[in-house]
Amino acid sequence: MSRLLTTSHRRLGVLYLYLSLAAVTTGTLLSLLMRIHRVWPDAPLPFYGVLKPEDYLALVTMHGTLMIFFVLTVAPQSGFANLVMPAQIGARQMAFPRLNAAAFWLAVAAFLILIAAFFVPQGAPISGWTSYPPLSAIPAAGPGQGAGMDLWLASIGVFCLSAWLSAVNMLVTILSERCPGMTWSRLPMTVWAWLVTSILTLLVFTVLLAAILLLFSDRHFGSSFFVPVGDLINGRVVGRGDGSPLLWLHLFWFFGHPEVYIAVLPGMGLATSLFANFARRGVRGYRVMAAMLVAIGLLGLVVWGHHMFVSGMNPYAGTAFALTTMAIAVPSTVEVLGWLTLLSRGGLRLQTPMLFALGFLSFFIAGGLTGPILAQPALDAYLHNTFFVVAHFHLVMAMAGVFSIFAGIYYWYPLLTGRLMNEALGKLHFWISVIAAYGTFLPMHLSGLAGEPRHYDRLTGPATSFASIVANERGITFSALLLAGAQLLFLWNLIHSARRGRPAPQNPWQATTLEWAPENQNFRVNCGPYEYEIASGQEKFLPQWEAASKQE
Amino acid sequence: MPATFTRHPVEIERKDTGIGGKPPLDRRPTGGGGDGDNWENRPSGRRGPRELLTRYRLLVIFALAGDLMFFVALVSAFFVRQSAGHFDARENYISDWHPLAVPPILWLNTAVLLLSSVTAEIARRQLFREIDVMEEWLGLGRPAVKRAAPWLVATLALGALFLAGQWIAWKQLVAAGFTYSSPDPSSHFFYLITGTHGLHLLLGILALAGALIGLFTLRRIELRQIVVDCTAWYWHTMGIFWLFLFGLLVFFQ
Repeated sequence: MSRLLTTSHRRLGVLYLYLSLAAVTTGTLLSLLMRIHRVWPDAPLPFYGVLKPEDYLALVTMHGTLMIFFVLTVAPQSGFANLVMPAQIGARQMAFPRLNAAAFWLAVAAFLILIAAFFVPQGAPISGWTSYPPLSAIPAAGPGQGAGMDLWLASIGVFCLSAWLSAVNMLVTILSERCPGMTWSRLPMTVWAWLVTSILTLLVFTVLLAAILLLFSDRHFGSSFFVPVGDLINGRVVGRGDGSPLLWLHLFWFFGHPEVYIAVLPGMGLATSLFANFARRGVRGYRVMAAMLVAIGLLGLVVWGHHMFVSGMNPYAGTAFALTTMAIAVPSTVEVLGWLTLLSRGGLRLQTPMLFALGFLSFFIAGGLTGPILAQPALDAYLHNTFFVVAHFHLVMAMAGVFSIFAGIYYWYPLLTGRLMNEALGKLHFWISVIAAYGTFLPMHLSGLAGEPRHYDRLTGPATSFASIVANERGITFSALLLAGAQLLFLWNLIHSARRGRPAPQNPWQATTLEWAPENQNFRVNCGPYEYEIASGQEKFLPQWEAASKQE
Repeated sequence: MPATFTRHPVEIERKDTGIGGKPPLDRRPTGGGGDGDNWENRPSGRRGPRELLTRYRLLVIFALAGDLMFFVALVSAFFVRQSAGHFDARENYISDWHPLAVPPILWLNTAVLLLSSVTAEIARRQLFREIDVMEEWLGLGRPAVKRAAPWLVATLALGALFLAGQWIAWKQLVAAGFTYSSPDPSSHFFYLITGTHGLHLLLGILALAGALIGLFTLRRIELRQIVVDCTAWYWHTMGIFWLFLFGLLVFFQ
């Protein structure tokens, strides 16, 4: 019990990762059900029977919500930051340990409330993770839109509070708890990333909370913020006033787009650190790289409209959002070029964390390249809501994010257990995952170009005919099954190495950042975070804690 | 096991000798209280009289920055909803927005809230009067507490008065036929804005009560300063938020 009621940031970080593990397991199983249903729509599921179309939509909704909020937000932002951020800046603990624990338990509550939506009458909501009104505003609009939707709103509302508290705590910690000598230009890039994501979290999650409040009011208190006049549902006019679904889209995507950067920026910071470490080379243009992280975060706040090109928004606004969106390609490209510069001189140590960081880079580029295509209103008019978009964000956000999470787990595992994860299994896990991930998400571009919409539960039938892409879809499903199966290797490695893994030396990766420093030391940092080309004794790298002993 | 680091005393070349201009890199302030004293050897939270205060102030500032975005979202929804409408069969643009005349008692409430901000500020400053603080620090009595407590009580009373005034305003509106479930979007916004702001003030009143209790029970003068200081800043911010929200409700219907 005392292990659960802890306020220690490292313990909380691990608990956050367990929460993510629970969410990612559930979310993956849901996605497998979706994939199987798409290829064999009439095959009955054990203990359930044949999936109805609304069940498919419920799967889509819960898969998206679980993955975005409880995996891609919780693991890199809250999990890893709690695990190593205080150590990386030389602080003994977070600024507000109890607030931190409260934020964690709110996140757990949000998760449980969301899962409960499966078990209420009519089941989980069907309006997608974006919950567009009027579908989400009218309980009668479909199965799951009653109690299930209410639980969804409650869950995300609680999650907003959790994220807000956690971000405040993180910001105060970074600002006021750095050890002597840890100036801004000596922060590891991960800390820069967590700083930016915390600011983004602070600015956008409360907006989502306000939107949820308005939607809840529409559902239960007879207001009409989002329901348009004369809205017809099941033959009944439910529109009460001149509400506007567009308003929800604006509020939601003002949150939703920065959320993407909250998910992927920690991965970018971690990748920078890992590339420098495993290439044994200092980060080129540290200040520029840090500034570009900040720039991506800030630009990310003004691009939300590119999710709404076909929503009936003013076309001039679409042009403006297209411009800001394409502008974000500039700092992203600078980051990528910075990484390539770091890597281009070879001599890489290709251990498992590095492989996964390279996988992150690969997905970030592959998914990022379709970004400027979708950023153009004219092209998006065709591609919107097709599998092309699904492929885009699964590569650039989901796979890149998940691979950076894997990189972090393989990299920091010795900190938690004192043991290394199995290299051979890790590499096998990487290669199967990377091939299966591309096998799953690259062909989706083709389905999308063929016009396959995102939310159709079956490809052929009286209403739709996509018989020509059935083969493509079958391949995707097999690849997805392989991808999920490969994760069993990871789970086994995770459990097995905790007991039987090779004992790790105190600084197994010859890293320079402070989380690998010996315990119980008072630091005075005298050098930057990536001094891999400076000789220090017989070693050719200078850890940030090392110079501390020079002063005495 | 690879030797991961050595203890050789290697002299690190500094980029900046520290003569003139900026201080050398390792002497620049970091927020960690590295001001040359041996405070950094103390446990975190006891490194100088202002360390904790700074930390808690940052907490309040960041938390309120997030809160500000909550109200920004509500206000932008207000403007969007206000301009929304539809075309009827004869191509006339019709909007369902009817401006709501706010109950006049709100002006009185606003004055009360402003006054409460003044009393909160007086209470806050009592905790930072150097002579009194020094006396408390040395254990020669609690002059700062004695001076601050009545002002805090006054703030609490004025805050409660404001909330009571808001309650009366809602009653008046309900009596005039504007309930939350009436189809008028402007009344939705009135209740939503005053309601969420009132909820914040309720939390503020709880914080004030907590600060009053803390004033008499907390043993370290720094902590007494913190509870009053943070509560006062929260209270001021709610006052400023209210000025904007009130201006919105009165002048931008």
